[in-house]
Amino acid sequence: MSAILVAGPPAARPHYRLKWALGEIASMTLGLVLLIWSFTPVYNMLLIALDPDQGDTEFAGLIWPPEPSLKSFQVVMVGGYWYIEHFWQKFGNSLIIGLTTMILTMLVGSLASFALGRTRLRRIRFLASAPLLTYVIPASFLVIPFHRVMHIYGLTDSLWAVIAANVTFASPYAILILQQYARLIPIELDEAARVDGGSVVQVYLRIYLPLMAPALAAVGTFALLLAWNEYIYQYLLLSSERNMTVAVAIAQFFDADEAPWNYMMATAIVYSLPPIVIFYALRRYMMAGLALGGVGK
Amino acid sequence: MPAPQAVAAGTIAVSQPSSPRWHVRPPSSEITWAIAFTIPYAAVFIAFVVHPVAYGLWLARDPSLYLDLVSDPIYLRTVVNTLLFVVVCVNVKMFLALLVSGFFMRRRWWIRALLAIYILPWALPAVPAFVSFHWMLIGEYGFIDSLLSELFGIDGPIWFNDRWLGLGWDIASYIWKWMPFWTLVFLAGRMAIPREIYEAADIDGADRSRRFLYVVYPLLANMYVACTLLSTLWTIGDFTTVFLVSMGAPARATEVLATLGMHYAFDTGQPSLGVAAVLSALPVLIPIAVALMRRLQTTEVQL
Repeated sequence: MSAILVAGPPAARPHYRLKWALGEIASMTLGLVLLIWSFTPVYNMLLIALDPDQGDTEFAGLIWPPEPSLKSFQVVMVGGYWYIEHFWQKFGNSLIIGLTTMILTMLVGSLASFALGRTRLRRIRFLASAPLLTYVIPASFLVIPFHRVMHIYGLTDSLWAVIAANVTFASPYAILILQQYARLIPIELDEAARVDGGSVVQVYLRIYLPLMAPALAAVGTFALLLAWNEYIYQYLLLSSERNMTVAVAIAQFFDADEAPWNYMMATAIVYSLPPIVIFYALRRYMMAGLALGGVGK
Repeated sequence: MPAPQAVAAGTIAVSQPSSPRWHVRPPSSEITWAIAFTIPYAAVFIAFVVHPVAYGLWLARDPSLYLDLVSDPIYLRTVVNTLLFVVVCVNVKMFLALLVSGFFMRRRWWIRALLAIYILPWALPAVPAFVSFHWMLIGEYGFIDSLLSELFGIDGPIWFNDRWLGLGWDIASYIWKWMPFWTLVFLAGRMAIPREIYEAADIDGADRSRRFLYVVYPLLANMYVACTLLSTLWTIGDFTTVFLVSMGAPARATEVLATLGMHYAFDTGQPSLGVAAVLSALPVLIPIAVALMRRLQTTEVQL
């Protein structure tokens, strides 16, 4: 009787019910731990950003904002402090870098993965994983020579230099993920289209791209987040105020001894919003595209 | 259904009445197009990888640079830090991500909702996130210390006065930032396992731990190894974490290779030494990259 009242336990025998309850408590505890773990640094950002006056909360040993205020966000919106002057222009630069990186990575990655995985070139095994050679030297290790090479290319203080760096380091992973996902699509589909006289370009545009949509969403999100996370290339390659990005502006606060940290945190929170929005918008599409390395076999 | 339409449209577009199709499209055109499709990426690779790498090798060509490095105690300490940072970060992160991805497979509304928050660190840009970590820990009244004194009445240490505490927080911050990404990757992998396999295991009476050991892990093992190798390459090159969380404090005791290279190049004005410092990781990087490429190739053969 009581077993029927408690909805959910798999069996009526008492020790099964106990086991089920313990499992439930364990997963709730794990959930709580993950919640606190994930949210604490974000809470700390809010705590400091909501402080109306600079330098009170963060040095007073408080864990709760004493008088929460949105003043620092207001200051950020109008660019009312000299590190965040022209905030929207910097934000625009970050956005241009992020979105261009995203589009170019999807374009370059899908073209290369199609050629390496779906045409005769796939018979040359080495080529398929050759793009991974890029990761032999990590991005931050390459930044010093990269900086000088950009001078040679005439891309000093240009957003395109940062975009080039981002595309360079996002594409190999993109090509890898796209190739893995493409294995779900039977190659016979391409062959049938070719036999019927479809050109390579048509197979790419009308079969490959539509069927690859989830993986393209995953790769695009990855590229955007890579660009948004990246700091050192933006810092070294963009020297003028006009081309500065938000990430560089945030880190710049550390140059001053008595910087208004509430403004910095408010800037950081505003800067965090676009990727969060895009990520949650694309989440459903991208989940299917992320599996790497092939499952099974 | 895009595929049949595409096939049909393709036929209409290219059919020419006079000659058979295999004459219209000689086999070589496929290769020509395939090569054309790889040109954008090849151009990126040559202009932005090969050229800077060659230039970097040329900058760091002088053997005496490496003698200078080895005689610098900061460099040696940095190598130890980097090894610790990479080994702990990668393995703890990947293993926890594999376990946590199993938790998120459960079909409960609150677990689904939790996933949205759990993903937040990945969606949050690195600079604000690590700045926030720095602020939670700095001084005597950072958020963590405030929390410790509020909850337990103890005075927390000054975290960045100690090499191991500082490095520990660098590691924790890095894991915090990147674990969600790999959890998603493993979650996608688990979702790709056919449900029938789970059901078969359930019917055979496998409990949760056995199901993990004998069903999930063997199926995901290949993916786990490939991901670990890729993550190792990325972690060795991580700059932002140490640069913003511990900032190398105390007294450059928590530097890793990426930050030390930048320090040599831009603070002390020795770009060649900086490049030499990071290139000294090549003997480790190359075998890992080769192993990763081979692993992905063998997967392809078996599939």
